[in-house]
Amino acid sequence: MTDWYMLLAAALFTIGAMGILVRRNALVMFMCVELMLNAVNLTLVSAGRALGSLDGQLATFFVLVVAAAEVVIGLAIIVAIFRHRDTASVDELSELKG
Amino acid sequence: MSDFLWLVIALPLAGALFLHFFGRYLREPLAGVFATLAIGAAFVVAVVAAVPFFAGTGEAEHLVIWEWMPAVGATFELQWDPLSALMTLVVTGVGTLIHLFAIGYMHGDERFHRFFTYLNLFAASMLTLVLAGNYAMLFIGWELVGLCSYLLIGFWFTRPSAAAAAKKAFVVNRIGDLGFLIGLMVMFATFGTLSFEGVLGRAATELTVGTATAIGLLFLVGAAGKSAQVPLYVWLPDAMEGPTPVSALIHAATMVTAGVYVVARSSPIYVESPIASGTVAVIGAITALWAASIAIGQRDIKKVLAYSTVSQLGYMFMGVGATAYVAGVFHLMTHAFFKALLFLGAGSVIHAMSDEQDMYKMGGLAKRMPITATTMGIATLAIAGIPPLAGFWSKDEILGALFERGGIYSALWVVGLIGALMTAFYMTRQWVLVFAGRPRWDEGVEPHESPAVMTLPLMALAVLSVVAGFVNTPFRFTLEHFLEPAFHGVEMQHAPEGWGMFLVLAGLSTLAGVAGVAAGWLAYNRPPEVWRRFQEGFGRLWTAWEQAYRIDDLYGAVVVAPGRRLAEFSAFQFDQKVVDGAVNGVGALVYRLGSALRMLQTGYVRNYGAGFAAGLLVVAIWLVVRGMS
Repeated sequence: MTDWYMLLAAALFTIGAMGILVRRNALVMFMCVELMLNAVNLTLVSAGRALGSLDGQLATFFVLVVAAAEVVIGLAIIVAIFRHRDTASVDELSELKG
Repeated sequence: MSDFLWLVIALPLAGALFLHFFGRYLREPLAGVFATLAIGAAFVVAVVAAVPFFAGTGEAEHLVIWEWMPAVGATFELQWDPLSALMTLVVTGVGTLIHLFAIGYMHGDERFHRFFTYLNLFAASMLTLVLAGNYAMLFIGWELVGLCSYLLIGFWFTRPSAAAAAKKAFVVNRIGDLGFLIGLMVMFATFGTLSFEGVLGRAATELTVGTATAIGLLFLVGAAGKSAQVPLYVWLPDAMEGPTPVSALIHAATMVTAGVYVVARSSPIYVESPIASGTVAVIGAITALWAASIAIGQRDIKKVLAYSTVSQLGYMFMGVGATAYVAGVFHLMTHAFFKALLFLGAGSVIHAMSDEQDMYKMGGLAKRMPITATTMGIATLAIAGIPPLAGFWSKDEILGALFERGGIYSALWVVGLIGALMTAFYMTRQWVLVFAGRPRWDEGVEPHESPAVMTLPLMALAVLSVVAGFVNTPFRFTLEHFLEPAFHGVEMQHAPEGWGMFLVLAGLSTLAGVAGVAAGWLAYNRPPEVWRRFQEGFGRLWTAWEQAYRIDDLYGAVVVAPGRRLAEFSAFQFDQKVVDGAVNGVGALVYRLGSALRMLQTGYVRNYGAGFAAGLLVVAIWLVVRGMS
């Protein structure tokens, strides 16, 4: 049973990671990050259940809280950049390069 | 007993500090008066402290002022024994007179107060040297007097020759100082301390002949630098670029005798090593003769006295080298009087002649400057060794000790006699050229006797040049008994006892002196054409003397030029190409590496993300593979 959950989590994580690598829209990349986070949450919860421990759920709550905080700041930044530059494409935001 | 002794150093030091900060607010004579009072007060303090020694009841004292590095015996402590007392009295006594003279001599100089700042600083440094209770403190004084010498030689630093002379004096002294410093290190390695008590008290029992020789010879290097002995004497004639009171105080009466003082102070070490002592004496003899011959051919009034000083210092070295320490110190004292007098007299003459120093352009000054002429005449006879003046007794003491020692020292005695003859000759030549005959002055020069502030020190020193010899005659060895506690336990060389020998030896040296004076008088108390022809009669020998054997050229070719080439190579080849090359090379390497690596930083988030993912993948694979094995 747990194997399926793990596989699902791995699939979600990979989809999220690939999304980050291939997409250019900051908002979509942001959603991919959330996807990866929740894939991890899924592994934590399912592993906790398989092991009969509450630690997994505990950790998941932490991740949720942090993710919520991160979403707030991240969205704020993206909106600010969008207002400033009329775009959310990360390729056009490559100021910090050598 | 003598707890107040620190005042001797503190008074001139306070004078120097005060004049340094506030001297510019004092009107001209005031700064000089202040400095003279400071050193004069130090003289009074020294006299009061020395009273027990005069009374014969004094004992050597150690006064610790401040514990600095007690582990190595380097505390600020004063040694108060007859030897340091004598040196202190000479330094402060002659120093006071020269300070007084300088008030008149430096009249009208822009940096009048600065001159007295340096003079007072020098006095404090020299007193630190002679009052030091250990070799570390002595070395501090040793270096400080070198610094003051540098500052004062280069006092008129706007003249390139003065600046060069100051630099030369400093550099040549550094060579000697290095030897002295290494000697101190050997001493510390041997005894584990630098205090006089610890070293000199144990020298007789714990010192091997080899170590004593090493320390003695290394100290000789330092002493030869400071006391202008062959081969390091070349700085002293050039040091005459300084104002004349400086030449009198530092380069005749006090600082240059520091080498003699160190050898006398280290007598327990030197008596252990016949080689070191003998080398000291031989160096002294070579110097005495060498410098005396150069002095004959000089035409600059101060250059004659400079080479004469070098020569007389050679006599002192002969004395202390023959382990006749009292004789050496005795000559140090009398020489301080008559040589200071000669220099001050020369200063008075230069002052009167509107800064003319060429003796060929003087002559006939006796009528215009009777006091200067008389006092300098006394000093000339004193240095020539005419009895009963001071120089006769002290030089005779040295020569007698050399004769009594026998062996190789007998040869040195002959050298000393020849040197005495030459000394009498060139000093008489100087006096006659300056004061006798017809004037050969340049137009517009109107010589006049110097003011009282300058003639008073001359007269005081003239009196001392006459009577100072009587402190140690074969009739009464007062100085010897006075100094005895300082050389306690050191076996010393004396002049032969018995009237017969004394009369023979004294007769011979008097003969040398009288012959020299007579020759000088006969040769030079004539019209200039005659003595010019007399000088030309010597041919190339005279040219050699006149040009001081061109030793400066030799040193220039052998030492200075290679040194300069080495410096240029280090600066423009090694430093610019090798050192700078290495530094710049590292910079260029980092720059190129950076330019290559900056390609990695594209600014595209997905590139960085790919890096993360790849790293993650590697870690994951590694975990899986490890989990399987």
